[in-house]
Amino acid sequence: MPEVHQLIPGPITCHCWNGDRSRFAISPNNTEVHIYTKKGSKWEVQHVLSEHGQKVTGMDWAPKSDRLVTCGADRNAYVWTFAGEEWKPSLVILRINRAATTVRWSPLENKFAVGSGARLISICYFEKENDWWVSKHIKKPLRSTVLGIDWHPNNYLLAAGSCDFKARVFSGYVKEIEEKPEATCWGKKMTFGACMAEFSNGGGGWVHSVSFSPSGNKLAWVGHDSSVSVANQAADGQVSTVMHSYLPYLSCLFLTENSLVAAGYDCCPVLWMHDDAGSLTYINKLDTAEKKQKEFVSAMDKFKGLDNRANAGGRDVELDSTHQNAISEILLHTGSRENVSKFATVGVDGQLVIWDCKSLESSIAGLRFK
Amino acid sequence: MRRLFVKSQRRPKMSATLKPYLSAVRASLTAAMCLENFESQVVERHNKPEVEVKSSKELLLTPVTVSRNEKERILIESSINSIRVSIAIKQADEIEKILCKKFMRFMMQRAEHFFILRRKPIEGYDISFLITNFHTEQMYKHKLVDFVIQFMEEIDKEISEMKISLNARARIVAEEFLKNF
Repeated sequence: MPEVHQLIPGPITCHCWNGDRSRFAISPNNTEVHIYTKKGSKWEVQHVLSEHGQKVTGMDWAPKSDRLVTCGADRNAYVWTFAGEEWKPSLVILRINRAATTVRWSPLENKFAVGSGARLISICYFEKENDWWVSKHIKKPLRSTVLGIDWHPNNYLLAAGSCDFKARVFSGYVKEIEEKPEATCWGKKMTFGACMAEFSNGGGGWVHSVSFSPSGNKLAWVGHDSSVSVANQAADGQVSTVMHSYLPYLSCLFLTENSLVAAGYDCCPVLWMHDDAGSLTYINKLDTAEKKQKEFVSAMDKFKGLDNRANAGGRDVELDSTHQNAISEILLHTGSRENVSKFATVGVDGQLVIWDCKSLESSIAGLRFK
Repeated sequence: MRRLFVKSQRRPKMSATLKPYLSAVRASLTAAMCLENFESQVVERHNKPEVEVKSSKELLLTPVTVSRNEKERILIESSINSIRVSIAIKQADEIEKILCKKFMRFMMQRAEHFFILRRKPIEGYDISFLITNFHTEQMYKHKLVDFVIQFMEEIDKEISEMKISLNARARIVAEEFLKNF
């Protein structure tokens, strides 16, 4: 069974975990960031960070350097460092004039990328001379709000999904702070901001989330047209797309080189498999929550219901899944990028759920993450 | 009186044809009501229902019309952070037309109590709902769909009931009036 934590009654916009998973941060759909720490078996709020002027839209925690970056609808991003007792923010000069939507640290934690509604991505790095975070912009050919970003494991390439129905791979090589990158299957020449690849699944769905595979050769994205797509650059950018019959996914994550977990408006995570031949297949729902039993309705409840809700039945509001509303984000919890053993989901219902791959394999017959 | 009795007996049969219409509406609404928070990419620091402002074409989906006949239909317009559901209600005669107009006006004047009700209907329709991501965050999505469906079920019933009582009242009034002659 997954580990379920009902944190707040309202939606959780985004979350992130620290390096040793002893703390995590969420935003309760407002201007605050709550940092939780484990007390006994329960998670409790330890710090509340309130620096943003509008809704916090994205956050990420650098595991090694233990820095937290948050971005918000107020067009700002802050890098938070934990100094003794409290968290100290430092402002990032994003130079955007619309809301920031999402933020991700690069694997080496020397820079981060911020997607925004200004139809651009800011790559931010620390400038020692001035002691602040500055940014460079990737503008072309983005034509709408960026909804999801993910870094390639080589620390140079960046994938972005946006509202113009495309998933793209950009070079995020900042020559001021890093060595020249080696060639990958995505291309040799990586000048800053170069669009290395552009993918479309042929339909018209906003790309909610993108994810690189552990090797970085495959890119998965999920669209609002209820589609899942995987492009395999090692096989000349072969794109496999499946239009499924469920509600659209909002987030996706590679668990291994071939297995992809996606979740969204259907409120339960789903496993997809992509093999080297290029076939993308639906494997199973990962939520094994039992069907909620229709409770016996007593005469008293019946009249109460009629009085309060003009409805004679019981409280049939609960869904059969663990999450009770859309899942907004999937993140790696335990394990390395090559071999994820646990992943965490947060949703609009205010729950944080931690899914254990081992116990999922044993509880669902025939399920293997390979 | 007899005519009315015959009519009320026919009702269950009507709702049988209503069922496929409502289930089509339910499926369309469930698919359309996948909304997320979206800050305006046109106006700084604003968050507006895109289906109303229509500022960026790529954020709108193709509108869907589900119709039972040319009089009864529903229009679902969706966007990334909001949907607009407009309902045209069956109006067989003049009385139903007047009743429907008055009833919808009564409700729309109290739109703030209904949360998702739009203050003005879309042209060609009798009543419109505007559902944003803030509503789907606060309320259960399947219950919102249920609400719209239930509204559609009840509204026909309500209007025919009003029509019956109006006719009955008119008859009594006419009788009282004609007593004088």
